[in-house]
Amino acid sequence: MLSPEKGIGKWIEDRLPVFSIARHSLIDYPTPRNLNYWWNFGSLAGITLVIMIVTGIVLAMQYTPHVDMAFNSVERIMRDVNYGWLLRYLHMNGGTMFFIVVYIHIFRGLYYGSYKAPREILWWLGIVILLLMMATAFMGYVLPWGQMSFWGTTVITNMFSAVPLVGEDIVTWLWGGFTVGNATLNRFFSLHYLLPFVIVGVVLMHIWALHTVKSNNPLGIDMKGPQDSIPFHPYYTVKDNFGLGVFFFVYLTIVFFFPNFFGEPDNYIPANPMATPPHIVPEWYFLPFYAILRAVPDKLGGVIAMFASILILFVLPWLDRARVRSARFRPIYKQFFWLFLVDCFVLGWVGANPPEGMFVTIGQVATIYYFAHFLILLPLLGMFEKTRPLPESIAASVTSAAVTSSKG
Amino acid sequence: MKMHRFLFVAAFAAAMAAGLLFGNFGSAKASGDLAFEHQEWTFNGIFGRFDRAALRRGHQVYQEVCSSCHGLSLVAYRNLMDIDFSEEEAKEIAAENEVEDGPNNEGEMFTRPAKLSDRFVAPFPNEQAARYSNNGAYPPDLSLMVKARKGGADYLYGVLTGYEDEAPEGVEMMDGMYFNHSFPGHQIAMPQPIYEDSVEYEDGTPATVAQMSKDVTTFLAWTAEPELEERKSLGIKVLIFVLLLTALLYAVKRRIWSKLH
Ligand code: HEC
Ligand code: HEM
Repeated sequence: MLSPEKGIGKWIEDRLPVFSIARHSLIDYPTPRNLNYWWNFGSLAGITLVIMIVTGIVLAMQYTPHVDMAFNSVERIMRDVNYGWLLRYLHMNGGTMFFIVVYIHIFRGLYYGSYKAPREILWWLGIVILLLMMATAFMGYVLPWGQMSFWGTTVITNMFSAVPLVGEDIVTWLWGGFTVGNATLNRFFSLHYLLPFVIVGVVLMHIWALHTVKSNNPLGIDMKGPQDSIPFHPYYTVKDNFGLGVFFFVYLTIVFFFPNFFGEPDNYIPANPMATPPHIVPEWYFLPFYAILRAVPDKLGGVIAMFASILILFVLPWLDRARVRSARFRPIYKQFFWLFLVDCFVLGWVGANPPEGMFVTIGQVATIYYFAHFLILLPLLGMFEKTRPLPESIAASVTSAAVTSSKG
Repeated sequence: MKMHRFLFVAAFAAAMAAGLLFGNFGSAKASGDLAFEHQEWTFNGIFGRFDRAALRRGHQVYQEVCSSCHGLSLVAYRNLMDIDFSEEEAKEIAAENEVEDGPNNEGEMFTRPAKLSDRFVAPFPNEQAARYSNNGAYPPDLSLMVKARKGGADYLYGVLTGYEDEAPEGVEMMDGMYFNHSFPGHQIAMPQPIYEDSVEYEDGTPATVAQMSKDVTTFLAWTAEPELEERKSLGIKVLIFVLLLTALLYAVKRRIWSKLH
């Protein structure tokens, strides 16, 4: 083992302090001693990103971004490349796992108030990652060039035609032509390759911000001294590794036994600009936003609402004025948190169904509720909610919890 | 700690439930008015495998019935060796078809018998020719059919066995359309392809409509997912490994954390 105290290790350390940085941020990093398993999802997201990049790069060695060849090149990967089916299913379902993990990670933040001071920039960087992931996944879904790839792209890029005056021009510019075609596929492949590395950059900043302000915790109170914290290693390295095992069990069960569960059968039909599929649905992770898009009767209004539904997260730290972070000590907020979660599921369900009959009304009510949660409920709660008393310190709470067993 | 563990499990349960919810509502919608029943398939389940005899019979049905209209463009003759056809048999099957090749040294295109490395030869040179011979309808390539329809193998079997001699009272049939209770809209441009004794099975199995439909569907399930057996058997080993590793990590975690309290 290289050591920073002697020999080559010291030579390197004196010139580029990689050892002390690694030690500082992966080993000694003081972490609240009371983190629960919801805190596993950040490291899981990081690992998933690595898996996506590794499988993606290997797929790209065999993939051909051309409208006449893309579909068959993916099938060639599935059939003729050694373990190509495994790579492809890992990548395809890795996208799904990435969103499951990141959505849980975000809702963890909402529940425990992790977006509040001093973590606003950390929170912003997280939203930037979400937006980049969405763009990446959207463009990746185009690559196999099946029916849903083609028609999903057509519908979603067409959204931009709602922009006044220059809408049509923007769409033509995005497509690189007058329809979704070879130029579109090529640029989407190029960007699909690029954006994950941009995500890596933002993730590093996210972690930088985290290590500056330190982790929040289920109590939502600050660490006040060494008795409140434990070193990251070995406590959280081993806990994260156990979580990783569980994650892999779920992920690989899907990959090996239900690889197409989250997919659309239509995407196994080669793209055909002459035949529109009966229902065009985006990937499951976009469904709530798709529902918001369609809930507004006006096209431009729908697009604005859809973007606003994510962008509103940027101002969340100022909409929620409550000083107490964790929902554990906010009895009313806690209930609205769960209602909000249910609302998101309802939106997803509406998004998966054609915009007819009761789905129209449900979608509109759920959309209004979504925004009301942020714009009305949270500011009011900040003013009127009576919060429960906070514990003295993390250490104090941990020792008393050992007696009374911890509460959600 | 108990509470935490419970929450953890709940997280995954919620995620899975989300998947089920979205996944199922989608398919329930699309197959809403369709009538096809769930069949027993040997390739379902975590230990699923393709029945070799059924694959052989299914291949025979494809060759003798379906291949006059439908291509199988993603499958090569050599792939037959993966399902226990001998090299001789696969070569023989290939050589029954002619493919265009070239240009030769004189710059001419020529035809030659197909080889193991060729893909299954399509019945028509292009879509127009296929439509021209089929009353304007296009018989789609069958390589991925089982993966490309909601309901998969069950749906395919449903279509093959779903023909009625006459449309029910009050249903107005369009020109050149046949009534099929499993096909969306019930009007299909494909004439009933399989009848009692359409083929004479080499292994002597009675060639009923149900038998042939089941066999050819099994064959097409294989063409859609040729990796299925390898995937499932590798999957079991991998999951057992992950399970053991995770249990071990859990034990280590308990042990390390026990020092804290
Ligand atoms: C006489 C030509 C012909 C033969 C023989 C034939 N088909 Fe077809 N098939 C068609 C046509 C034409 C269509 C398109 C039907 C439509 O879109 O309405 C079709 C469609 C299909 C479909 C797609 C149904 C869907 O959901 O879109 C399947 C599956 C299928 N055939 C399977 C078979 C199988 C299996 C066989 C052999 C047992 C077979 N066909 C034999 C002409 C044929
Ligand atoms: C943020 C990380 C990433 C996400 C969320 C993501 C997502 C996706 C998705 C959803 C698909 C469509 C899967 C399908 O239905 O087949 C896809 C395909 C693809 N991706 Fe990625 N991807 C990521 C990173 C990468 C990287 C770094 C590369 C490297 C070039 C890459 C290369 C490919 C290729 C070649 C395909 C087409 C093959 C296929 O469809 O299986 N991806 N990606």
